[in-house]
Amino acid sequence: MPDTIETSVLDDLEEAVGADFLVELIETFLAEAPGMMADLQAGHDSGDTDGLRRAAHSLKSNASTFGAPILAEAARQIEVGGVGASPDATLGAVADALDAASVALRERINA
Amino acid sequence: MHDAPARLLIVDDNRVNRLLLSRSVELLGYQATVAENGRVAMELMARERFDLLLLDIEMPEMDGFEVLEAISCDPSLSDMPVIVTSSVEGVDNIVRCIDLGAEDYLPKPVNQVLLKARLGSSIEKKRLRDEQKVLLRRFATSEVAEDLQTSGFALGGTRVNASILFCDIRGFTAISENQPPEETIELLNVYYTLMFEAIDSHGGIVSLMVGDGLMALFGAPKPLDEPARCAVSAAHDMIEMMEHFNVERQAMSKPDIRIGVGIATGEVVAGYAGTDQRATYTCIGDKVNLAARLEAHTKVAGHSVLIDDATQAALNGSPQSTSLGTTAFKGFSDPVEVFSV
Repeated sequence: MPDTIETSVLDDLEEAVGADFLVELIETFLAEAPGMMADLQAGHDSGDTDGLRRAAHSLKSNASTFGAPILAEAARQIEVGGVGASPDATLGAVADALDAASVALRERINA
Repeated sequence: MHDAPARLLIVDDNRVNRLLLSRSVELLGYQATVAENGRVAMELMARERFDLLLLDIEMPEMDGFEVLEAISCDPSLSDMPVIVTSSVEGVDNIVRCIDLGAEDYLPKPVNQVLLKARLGSSIEKKRLRDEQKVLLRRFATSEVAEDLQTSGFALGGTRVNASILFCDIRGFTAISENQPPEETIELLNVYYTLMFEAIDSHGGIVSLMVGDGLMALFGAPKPLDEPARCAVSAAHDMIEMMEHFNVERQAMSKPDIRIGVGIATGEVVAGYAGTDQRATYTCIGDKVNLAARLEAHTKVAGHSVLIDDATQAALNGSPQSTSLGTTAFKGFSDPVEVFSV
C-alpha cells in the first residue's frame, strides 16, 4: 500500500517554491478540493462525461503535485474509464482518498 | 540588450496549477499572467503581447487543442512558442499537440529543472526569430518579408496583374553637383521617407532603389483590388508631399525638388530573381519597361505624372486624365497613347 502522502514530493516542492508558498498552495488545494469533488459527483449525476473527466483530471493533477498516489490513481481511473460498473464505490474511493490526503496535508502545514 | 523579462501567459483551469506555475516561472525571472481557460487566453492575447504560452489541455469552454488551432490560424500569433503542460492521458494526445504546433510538451507535475531548460531554449529561439524578422523587414518590405515567412524562399515568378510605378528627381545630378555630398544623402533620405510613405499607404511596395530613382509595385506580392487606382493615388500623394517639402526648402533658400512619375498596368511576372545567396523581389515584363519610359517622358511632356492606356482605362474616369496623344517609345513596336493625370 503506497503512502497517503509521499513526504519526499512535498519536500522537493518546498525546496523549489519556498515554505510559505507551499503552505499557500496546500491551503488553496484544501479550499478547492470540495468543489472538485462536487464537480465529479455532478458530472456523474447529470451524465456529463466531459465534466466528469475534467474534474477527475484536475484532482489527479493536483494529487500528483502534492504526492498523493492513492488519490491520483483513484481519480485517474475515472478520467480514463469513467465510474465503471459500481459508480458509488468508484466515487467513494476518490472521496476517501481525498479525505485522507487532506488530513495529511493539513498535518503538514500545521506541523 | 533585453532588460525586460519575458512575458508568459499561463493557461490552466486549475487554481493550484495556475498558482504553482506562476510561482515557478517568476522564480526563474519571468513575468506571469494567468488565464483560467482557452477563451480568456485568446482574449488576453488579442490585447497584449506575450513571449510564450504555457498551455493546459483539459479545460472548459475552450480546451488546449482549440487554442493551438486558433493560434495557428492567426498570423499575428502563429510564431508564438507554446509549451503544453498537462497530465493528459495517452501518447496520441501529446502527438496531437505537437502536430497542432506546440513547441514542446512538459508532463505535470512540472519538473522545475526541465521547465527552466525548456523555457530558456524556447524564449531564446523566439528572440532569434524576432531579431531575424526585424532584419528581414529592414532589407525587404513588410509584404515581401511576410511572403517569405509564409511561402518560403524560391527563385522564380508568377504572372500577376499589377501596376508599375517609376519615379525620380528631375535634374538630380545638377542638384547633387551644387551641394556637399552629405547634403545630398540627407536630401535622398528625406525624399525616400516621403516616397515610401506615399507608396506604403496605398498598398504598394518599393522593389528597387537606384540613386534618386525608385520602382514600386502595386498588386504584388499581395494582390490589390484596384492596383492602377492605388498607384495613381500614391503618385498624387508623392507630388503633394514634395510640394510641402519644397515650402520648407524655399524657407532655407534651397531650390525646389521636382519629381516625375510614370505608371503602366498589365500582366507582369513577379517573384524572386537572383541567386540562392542573393536575390531580390522584382517584376519583369514590357509594362515595367513602359513605366520607365513614361517616367523619362515626363521631362519632355512637361507633366509630372504620366500613365499608359491600361492604367487610364482602369481609373474609369476618376481621377480625370488628359490624353497627350501617342508616342513612339524605344523598344516598343507600336506607338503608345500617353495620358497625364
